[in-house]
Amino acid sequence: MGMTITEKILAKAAGKSSVAVGDTVWVEADILMTHDVCGPGTIGVFYEQFGRNARVWDPDKVVIIPDHYIFTADQKAHRNVDILRQFVREQGIRHYYDPDFLHGDGMPTPYRDPTKTSYKGVCHIALPEEGHTRPGEVLFGTDSHTCTAGAFGEFATGIGNTEAGFVLGTGKLWLKVPATMRFIFEGTLPEWLMAKDLILAVIGEIGCDGATYQAMEFAGEGVLSLNIEERMTLCNMVIEAGGKNGVIAPDDKTLEYVRSRNRSGKAFEPVFNDADARFVYEKVFDVRRLEPVVAKPHSPDNRAAVSEVKGTRLDRAYIGSCTGGKLTDFKAAARILHGRSVRIDTFIVPATTEIEGALKTEKYNGQTLEEIFLSAGARLGSASCAACLGGPSDTFGRLNAPLTCISATNRNFPGRMGHKEAQVFLASPLTVAASAVAGCIADPRDFLQ
Amino acid sequence: MKPIIRGRAYILGDNIDTDQIIPAHYLTLNPAIPEEYRQLGRHALAGVPEAEGGLPKGHIPFHDPQTGQSSYNILIAGRNFGCGSSREHAPIALNAAGVEAIVAEFYARIFFRNAVNGGYLIPMESPQRLCEEIRTGDELEIHIREALLVNHTTGDRWKLKPLGEIAPILEAGGLFAYARQTGMLRS
Ligand code: SF4
Repeated sequence: MGMTITEKILAKAAGKSSVAVGDTVWVEADILMTHDVCGPGTIGVFYEQFGRNARVWDPDKVVIIPDHYIFTADQKAHRNVDILRQFVREQGIRHYYDPDFLHGDGMPTPYRDPTKTSYKGVCHIALPEEGHTRPGEVLFGTDSHTCTAGAFGEFATGIGNTEAGFVLGTGKLWLKVPATMRFIFEGTLPEWLMAKDLILAVIGEIGCDGATYQAMEFAGEGVLSLNIEERMTLCNMVIEAGGKNGVIAPDDKTLEYVRSRNRSGKAFEPVFNDADARFVYEKVFDVRRLEPVVAKPHSPDNRAAVSEVKGTRLDRAYIGSCTGGKLTDFKAAARILHGRSVRIDTFIVPATTEIEGALKTEKYNGQTLEEIFLSAGARLGSASCAACLGGPSDTFGRLNAPLTCISATNRNFPGRMGHKEAQVFLASPLTVAASAVAGCIADPRDFLQ
Repeated sequence: MKPIIRGRAYILGDNIDTDQIIPAHYLTLNPAIPEEYRQLGRHALAGVPEAEGGLPKGHIPFHDPQTGQSSYNILIAGRNFGCGSSREHAPIALNAAGVEAIVAEFYARIFFRNAVNGGYLIPMESPQRLCEEIRTGDELEIHIREALLVNHTTGDRWKLKPLGEIAPILEAGGLFAYARQTGMLRS
């Protein structure tokens, strides 16, 4: 019987000619990624279970990316980065992206030049930028948004510390083969619509538990016309529907991106659906008929068309994170912020130092993105997860009061961005930028002539 | 794995995500350090809005405000318990607070895997919506192998879903113990 992309990747990683939905299989990991929040616990599990002198199964397959709590004076956060540093030294791990400006005393002073630091920023964007994502591979990460890398046609999923400790020692993990749900987008996106609108429409359609234990595949002209960063936004948020992984079949854009970044030169094999692959669910969206959408507080599935909530009063706007802090997101925001001023506090946080550097060089209408944002009155932060998940109280952009915020991030659960009573609306960077200018929820169509 | 878990119930609703179970500003605590593991327990469920903690009335704190300890060792919840972030700090915080079992309609998969693979607590599923049938403070008894829940306060008895294929991992005490028992890992 035919297999889906996800089934084929898992079969290969399990050393089998085929697998069926529901099979429990032991698969080999190609990459294990961890960060400063879950790394210390994972390392603790590893040494406790395998012994103080244990070696990781393959130091070249371990990637460690501190990103969550970097720009804070919190002593424990700094201590956790030190735990990562010691581990990479002990284990000879080369793929480590150190915040080299962090020395454990107070709020760190960031780099002057984001292109001249070993620090990268948000792991899910750092992984592809640094060449750790390849079609057909299996990627495990101690972070639920590890599913982002499905955009490269690989199997990528989030795991816990215990599981990651197990992978560190063995290179293996048990998995249940998920059924695949398929979402097909027909037509090409109008200029006011972004991948974020598509995925919020999907999550609104199936609910925040609608894909529990399942794979979500995105296909169709609407998806293939998206650039790689936008495809990453789609896969990033499958976890918001409970999905195990998201996946997009690789095409020329994928291969070009991966080859240009694949520094190790590691060979890879793109994987595609068999013609008779079976899907447990299929839904076709016509993107020409979709509207910009938001997710209202307090759940990513609380969908509303922007036109329904237009005019809702706001205190703050935020553009950043692994889902909304990529160069494509900032280019989109710049189209609206160029030559305009924001009416509410607006925070801009690039996901990685590479993107932060590009804000200084990438231009729109003769101005760099950085100039556009600063002259609009927005505040720019350094590459990190920042207020996407609240974090310590001195975190840039954190909601320390019960404010109403529109955000290009991926979660709006109670307390997610800091204050338990804060209200967070999720939207595309275009909608967030339009709303920042209007001071209330606004429709990007009114700003793009 | 204990065959029978007895204790008091604390009731929650749907979509209790891991940010509510342990808010992000406590994630600097490293569960590999025993004292910090215990501290996570003191903040378990700190992100649940007051009105939604301790249903049906709500506004019932999970921890005793005087002692900082929780007297509830069984959670009853609705749909999609543990959704959101993959932080293993979530089942750890519940375990450190003394929670031994949860009965929910179903779980988000990463939380479920973490609970089982870490051996922190027993995640049972119920075909009924028990979060609207049981009240915070009710005295419960769960017979794990029989998949039976008895409410001593009301006399109700509920059939739960059997643990199924995760039972051997929980019996062993988690992923590592299971892998050693089955010869996947050398002891
Ligand atoms: S940016 Fe937000 S969602 Fe992405 S990894 Fe960081 S905390 Fe998680």
